[in-house]
Amino acid sequence: MPLAIIRPDDWNLPLFLHVLGAMAVMGTLLVVATSLLGTWRREDADAAALRRLGFWTVISGVLPSFLVMRIGAQWVAAAESLDEQGEAAWIAIGYITTDLGGLLTLVSLVLAAIGLRRASNRGLARAVGVMAVVVLLAYLVAIWAMTVKPS
Amino acid sequence: MNRYETLLFLHVLGAFGMVSATTAFWVVMLAARRSERPTALMPATATARIAVVAGSLLTIVFGVWLTLYLDGYELWDGWILAALVLWAVSGETGRRGGAAIEKARLAGDDALGATLRDRRTLFMLALSTIAVLTVLVLMIWKPGA
Repeated sequence: MPLAIIRPDDWNLPLFLHVLGAMAVMGTLLVVATSLLGTWRREDADAAALRRLGFWTVISGVLPSFLVMRIGAQWVAAAESLDEQGEAAWIAIGYITTDLGGLLTLVSLVLAAIGLRRASNRGLARAVGVMAVVVLLAYLVAIWAMTVKPS
Repeated sequence: MNRYETLLFLHVLGAFGMVSATTAFWVVMLAARRSERPTALMPATATARIAVVAGSLLTIVFGVWLTLYLDGYELWDGWILAALVLWAVSGETGRRGGAAIEKARLAGDDALGATLRDRRTLFMLALSTIAVLTVLVLMIWKPGA
């Protein structure tokens, strides 16, 4: 049976911040995807309230969580001196997924801000909801890479 | 993927399910507290409710399996025992808080609004959140390992 792996104490706080940020991003994306895609064909007052929730969550939830995750990632990479070791596949996957996630989050932010100002925003809700699902799936791949660490 | 990587991935995936769902619940709850129609926002928790149950099962099954599989960890290690207890505390307090909210949701907007502001409900949910975050701390720091 393999030995359990214990990491140096210096790495724990940045890793905790990175993981907590990642979990918060996933949670807020869950809210965005569920509330926006759940109103795909609806135009009633409850649907409007759910869309406002989804759009606000992109701005006040997804963005700050993403920043915590990304700052934590850079901090733990520095603590582990990963940049000096050359880029392993799992680190590359991490950067690709967060870059993609960051780009889609930025686009979602703009669309969410527009959506909040419009009475008719079903199309915007669909677009942001789909992007949230794409980012969620990308982050599932990142979780696999961070855990398994393919070289 | 070898067996260790599979066990670890499924355990970590479960952890993500639990904590992400907890985040989602708080986001919706805080928004619903300020809404005149809190029941309208509750459907936003649909996927989080699935994630928290699936996540809880994945973390406990594959967490215990990992402990038995790896040399150097035992189920009676302090930090692992504490994590098991806190997992149970988080699950039970979360269940009680969630049940109170679901009962109020069925009764309508006034009842749900009152429950979302009720101190006992908030205490249950806060305790559940603190417990699950403490498990995360234990998993990363592994005190005494």
